[in-house]
Amino acid sequence: MSPLAEHIVLRDLDIENIADFDVYLQHGGYEAFRTAVTERTPADIVQMVKDSGLRGRGGAGFPTGVKWGFLPKGVYPRYLLCNCDESEPGTFNNHQIIDRNPHQLIEGIAISAYAIEANLAYIYIRGEFAAAARRLERAIAQAYARGFLGRNIFGKGYDLDIYVHRGAGAYICGEETALMESLEGKIGQPRLRPPFPAVSGLYGKPTIINNVETLTNVPMIVRHGAAWYRRFGTEKSPGTKVFSVSGHVKRPGNYEAPLGIPLRELIFSPDYCQGMRSNRNVKIIVPGGASAGWLTADDLDVTLDYEALAAKGSMLGSGGVIVLDESVSAVEVAYKMDEFFKHESCGKCTPCREGTYFLVKVLHRIMHGHGRREDIPLLHDVYNQMAGNCFCLLGESAVVPIRSALRLFPHEFEQAIAQAGNGHRKAHAVSVR
Amino acid sequence: MSLIEKYGAEIESILARYPQKRSAVLPLLFIAQDEYGYLTDAAMREVADLLDMPPTDVFEVAGFYSLLYTQPVGRWVLQVCDDVPCAFCGAEDLIATLQEKLGIPVDQTTPDGMFTLQRVKCLADCDHAPVLQANLEYYHDLTTPEKVEAVLAELRQRAESGEKLSISGRYADR
Repeated sequence: MSPLAEHIVLRDLDIENIADFDVYLQHGGYEAFRTAVTERTPADIVQMVKDSGLRGRGGAGFPTGVKWGFLPKGVYPRYLLCNCDESEPGTFNNHQIIDRNPHQLIEGIAISAYAIEANLAYIYIRGEFAAAARRLERAIAQAYARGFLGRNIFGKGYDLDIYVHRGAGAYICGEETALMESLEGKIGQPRLRPPFPAVSGLYGKPTIINNVETLTNVPMIVRHGAAWYRRFGTEKSPGTKVFSVSGHVKRPGNYEAPLGIPLRELIFSPDYCQGMRSNRNVKIIVPGGASAGWLTADDLDVTLDYEALAAKGSMLGSGGVIVLDESVSAVEVAYKMDEFFKHESCGKCTPCREGTYFLVKVLHRIMHGHGRREDIPLLHDVYNQMAGNCFCLLGESAVVPIRSALRLFPHEFEQAIAQAGNGHRKAHAVSVR
Repeated sequence: MSLIEKYGAEIESILARYPQKRSAVLPLLFIAQDEYGYLTDAAMREVADLLDMPPTDVFEVAGFYSLLYTQPVGRWVLQVCDDVPCAFCGAEDLIATLQEKLGIPVDQTTPDGMFTLQRVKCLADCDHAPVLQANLEYYHDLTTPEKVEAVLAELRQRAESGEKLSISGRYADR
């Protein structure tokens, strides 16, 4: 698969200084928004996005236009939320979009807000993206100054305000209902569904929430049409995806590629990551952020799209591709990932709060030469009690690393336990709190 | 001087963004902890008053989010990602170097009140692993003790030059 001749999202790679407001305007910036407001109805835009087949890039992969169609008719106000709480380990495309192509995101928010008939949109950005939040605010101020935001936009009577709202450190706030709780000034714990946000979301009003990358696609779809967008990717997974590749590859970074690119190509092609650092062998690939099932070197021929990865028992998720080489221990990787979920568990439901605690505790003692023979069945027992019983996907995601590790590398657990109590204490790459 | 006397215009503009006042609790707590050094009991009550919130709700919020500090911290809060993939790309070496240079373990503050060192989870900058944030500004490429030393010297110099620092990252620019 040849690399993209032109990018859809990371257009900073094609157009120098597109972050600059004037450069963005010179390249047709905000024209898609103008066309939408002056020549199209909101329903036209919803249909166009539906036809494009665009699916949510934050992890769930739900068709964006279909989601927009869930809004109850005639109920206002409605809100649009942009989810920029990017915290899934291994995922890092929001920074590049905000730093280098912020106006395309803002235009995407504006068009989407118009499509769903919202007059108020918030960008919920994780608190750690402090500089990015300030950059976004400056870019939004430029759009206001030019009349693209505010009152009576393009003289058509459409009003829109966009505000940046910083979180304060909590992975769970990327979960859509926890995000709304947080934005309402509460602790970020998820809500029971139904009602779904489209019916009762922020402040109890109909609300649509979309990811940064998803919204950044929208201006290009409106500008070039749904059929053009479908020329990229596969039939069921149209378009491109920004893959954030990290770990032991030679050239980690963000790569926008058509959905359906083979994993091997992303890791080894000179156009992308250029292979493994020190030419070591691939051991573990986590293709869609820490919540995605692990793959190994045997899976390098899988294609990166929603369907192919689901068929492998994994998922495209956020597109955060973590590649680890044979220098790592599967027990340690599982420990670190589940320690993340334990740390970020909001405490609302027992299976997640207690389950992550027990997983980490048992993994900790196995890593430190105190594993017991009954620990492997115990780990299976704990994650089986969590699976399907957690209040939200955070707890369900915590099941994934340990289940993957035990399925793919059972001998590493057995070996660590067999050597326990013999004065054996492996040197660890990671230290333990 | 109270927060509203000192930051009245900023607080008003924040409140104007939301249909409900308590949505402003995070931005106001960011201002409060910058002003008072951390979220003292009195600071949280002051924010509660401004937002007509029960103080216990503000305490709950302050306790939930990792970037809100209810204990004193240094003028620079250093946060190192120890998550996957950073953990396998040098994060532990970086933490060890910082502990040695600062003479404190993780979760402590240097005696001069300059630096607090913390471990944090994924900072979404994994292609630059290992990653450090200082008052929520990113620092990369800290692969040798000399580079770490240089960054610490730079941060110390910025604090001593009288630059206005924000543990909430309100002036972050990188």
